[in-house]
Amino acid sequence: MTGHQGVWVYAIADHAGGDVFLPAGVARTQVRAIAAAGLAVLASHVDLAEFGEEALRRNLENLTWLEEMARAHHNVVDAAVRLFPVLPTRFSTVYRSEAAMVAALAERGDQLRSALARVGGRMEWGVKAYAVPAGEGDPTAGKGDASEPITASVAGQGPGTGAESGAGMAYLKRRRAQISARQEFSRTAAASAREVHIELSGHAAQARLYPPQAPALSRTKAPMLLNASYLIDTSGSARFGSVVAVATAAHPDLQLDLTGPWPPYSFTGLEG
Amino acid sequence: MIEGDIVQPGAGAAQTYGSGSSGRGAANLGDILERILDKGLVIAGDIKVNLLDIELLTIKLRLVIASLDTAREVGINWWEADPWLSADAARREDSAVSAGTAAPMPRAGESELRAENRRLRRRVTELEAGGEDY
Repeated sequence: MTGHQGVWVYAIADHAGGDVFLPAGVARTQVRAIAAAGLAVLASHVDLAEFGEEALRRNLENLTWLEEMARAHHNVVDAAVRLFPVLPTRFSTVYRSEAAMVAALAERGDQLRSALARVGGRMEWGVKAYAVPAGEGDPTAGKGDASEPITASVAGQGPGTGAESGAGMAYLKRRRAQISARQEFSRTAAASAREVHIELSGHAAQARLYPPQAPALSRTKAPMLLNASYLIDTSGSARFGSVVAVATAAHPDLQLDLTGPWPPYSFTGLEG
Repeated sequence: MIEGDIVQPGAGAAQTYGSGSSGRGAANLGDILERILDKGLVIAGDIKVNLLDIELLTIKLRLVIASLDTAREVGINWWEADPWLSADAARREDSAVSAGTAAPMPRAGESELRAENRRLRRRVTELEAGGEDY
């Protein structure tokens, strides 16, 4: 508390202003609703010695620090979304002063209000679909290595070298069978994932697709085929859960992971 | 039909469907980071940390989260030496290679393997003639 104070922003809220009762923010700071652009910005005052540009860059690389701040930040947004419509702001949005923050938002009131109207009364649900590795039903599927990338060359990349032995040919035939089995499997699993997405989108006010995470980056070795977020009416949460359950039953080639309800992190409508 | 076969996502709030929805406050750190770092409203921040840094960080974290406890024990800077994860380290390695100080061993072996792979893949493609184009 010795250095200069800055302002850490959690979310823009459709709230007339006045006191809000929210969990403590990052570094146990008190969250306030600050009027800007006719809306309220949920923010807290932070020490720039910890949250200034250089310190922030350093601290973001510290997982212990990041976890504490990430949880605190999310707790505030998650509590706020239960009180009034909010547009969560990207983690590590910091201003040197309230005046700078208010100025940054001044022109965007209308845009923010329409985005708030869209997310009001709705929550975000995340769905990821993973290919279930081909199981006992598929003898050509290999030894549980369905996560191995299917690499098929584009024909005509260069001249072929004709050399082939009997063993080599047998290997290639085996390999060919494996590859076609996997391709077939991947095609149907990918088609299933598309179907699931179409089905779930039909129950959502809005949907967003993200690139599937590479197996090395997600927490499973199975290939991810769908990485999506759905904006669902709060009153429809239970129904959405059953729709996912039905989709799970209908697509045994997929494993579906459902997370939520989340504040509408994916539906702020002003990305970039 | 999936038991034993599939690597389940890490224990946490990312629920495999059927085990119930995540409760409040129990959300998995990876799921939180994925949302608060990657998503959310971007307004011009007065204090900016280069977005590129954040994206790199997110990628690192996704990997780290796979073994968060391990990463903690090891200390979180381990990736800084990993060329795949760290642009700085990659640059260091590149300049080391061009200066001839790094062991070239893996690269030579790798290129042979790649060439052989290419030959085999081409052959597979030829054998598959009549199948679908890929």
